[in-house]
Amino acid sequence: MTDKPLLEVDNLVVRFAVKRGRGFGKNAFLHAVDDVSFSIKRGETLAIVGESGSGKTTTALAVARLVNSYQGSVRLDDTDFLSLSNEELRQARAKVQFIFQDPYSSLNPRLRASDIVREPLDSLGTMDEADKTKRVDFLFEAVGLRPEQQRLFPHQFSGGQRQRIGIARALATQPDLIICDEPVSALDVAVQAQILNLLRKLQVEFGLTYLFISHDLGVVQHMCDSIAVMYMGKIVEYGPRLDIFNAPQHPYTQALLSAVPSVDKARRAQTKRILIPGDPPDPVNLPEGCRFANRCPVAQDRCRREEPDLQNGVACHFPGDQSGA
Amino acid sequence: MALLSVKNLRIELKTRAGVAPVIDDLSFDLEAGENLSFVGESGCGKSMTALALMGLLPEGIGSVASGSITFDGEELTTASEARMRQIRGNDISMIFQEPMTSLNPLYTVGEQIAEVLRTHQGLSKKAAWDQAIELLDAVRIPNAKARVGDYPFQMSGGQRQRVMIAIALACQPKILIADEPTTALDVTVQAQIFDLLQDMRRQTGSSIILITHDMGAVAEMAERVIVMYAGRKAELGPVDDIIEHPRHPYTKGLISCVPHILSTLTEERMDLTEVPGIVPSLHHFGQDACLFASRCNHVQPKCNQARPPEKSFGAAHEAACWFAEDL
Repeated sequence: MTDKPLLEVDNLVVRFAVKRGRGFGKNAFLHAVDDVSFSIKRGETLAIVGESGSGKTTTALAVARLVNSYQGSVRLDDTDFLSLSNEELRQARAKVQFIFQDPYSSLNPRLRASDIVREPLDSLGTMDEADKTKRVDFLFEAVGLRPEQQRLFPHQFSGGQRQRIGIARALATQPDLIICDEPVSALDVAVQAQILNLLRKLQVEFGLTYLFISHDLGVVQHMCDSIAVMYMGKIVEYGPRLDIFNAPQHPYTQALLSAVPSVDKARRAQTKRILIPGDPPDPVNLPEGCRFANRCPVAQDRCRREEPDLQNGVACHFPGDQSGA
Repeated sequence: MALLSVKNLRIELKTRAGVAPVIDDLSFDLEAGENLSFVGESGCGKSMTALALMGLLPEGIGSVASGSITFDGEELTTASEARMRQIRGNDISMIFQEPMTSLNPLYTVGEQIAEVLRTHQGLSKKAAWDQAIELLDAVRIPNAKARVGDYPFQMSGGQRQRVMIAIALACQPKILIADEPTTALDVTVQAQIFDLLQDMRRQTGSSIILITHDMGAVAEMAERVIVMYAGRKAELGPVDDIIEHPRHPYTKGLISCVPHILSTLTEERMDLTEVPGIVPSLHHFGQDACLFASRCNHVQPKCNQARPPEKSFGAAHEAACWFAEDL
């Protein structure tokens, strides 16, 4: 293992054109991901957390080139992933795989389980048929499915088993980076634990690097080494796991953490719940200054004028101002 | 006397494979002003219990086979449809899981709130509309007067769930059933909704039945909890007792399989305790055995031979496990 990060994302911008008004209105742009930078070391897990609409899934999709980026760079092991084309891209794609949120709609209902897992080998790999079959057998065992289940169709599996098929498919081409987009949020609590344990076991076994997208802070806390908290397309706080959970600096992170209900009596006693009133601003017409200012409990005039930059892992003019958590 | 008392309730569903008991011998009491939670995985009968209380079991498919539901001294299982209509909304009301789909997209939210008031309390159109504005204000929708004429699509998920709460609370019911009221919502919005429900309870004194799968939410909201598994009550008791010392292996599993944010986080992260397998399917329900046995790591031959009785621990804590004492 080296200190050089496996994945480096710099100043990534993804924007979508939105039609406003009727007739000749000029095109407005929604910046779903706005100037986002982060990096992940080999074998580690970076979690992106945020609420719906914060741009975390779009970031993941852009890293995998499943949506087009407008600006910025994504470097995977020193190759610029965004500028590749054709054959190079095909080969590079084998190194970045995706586990999707919904195990019901992300598997082709007309393919048998073994064919689903084999598909990336056919389209991205260079193995011969006998090796492919061996690889599929191996993957089924690795994710905890029985060999005879290869013949079955997706509808014959439970949600947790389907997610295991999704994981086997992602592992098929021996990727370096796996992007997990809410891999357990569609599953029952008891099944979530099975999948999370499996993901951690596989990470150790195959030296995988995860980009882990989730809104569930409990899950994130358990899975990640570092965290990026997103709000309205920007990273508002970025740092190692313990720093963020034990001493959050950004008022949004503080509010987010304080909102998670907990079974731990001690935590409930010492956490003052910080309520953030209102709704996020309109993403097309963003206000001047800090995007969180209209809901922030410690906002001051400066916050409504100047947008804070990400400095020392936090994008706030008055970091750590509230003794929340 | 308890406000609501359920005794030996058995609800059967007709399936292609025959009749299956989705709720099997369920008994519990709900006191006035109390917050009782139901937890369990999907398919354990939590929502079916709620629908039975509301008299909304799927027609022709689900029915109360035996047992009784007594509300304020009145038997609900045999009540006429007309009487149930009066009770629903007026005395017992429900917040459904999905705020996106349970509002009518063709009517403004004001009309939907006012409809309840006109039907149940006989208010005039004008009076009902005015009260709808007050209710929207009470559930903390900013600028209620302007928003009352909005359609559901103009509101965010959290606001829609607030409208649902406003509808449910319109007639100040004695019991409010909240069926996973926050699963579709973000955590910060969830915190706002929980806060709102607690405030409403304090003001109106209504009881809340909260259905959820999140032990954290239970710990924060409820006084007592019922853990449901495969249509049966696995454990019942005060929330703090159960979290501190669960007497049923399923409860134990439910608590420890979720990564919780604790007051002191450390570098060390243990593997999560797994509850292997999944909830059995309907045609396994109703057997004279412990239905959790196939997933349980304390399983003994006895568990597969007879259904465990509900054993009491102290005044309020019950667990249906053959080996509850040892846990």
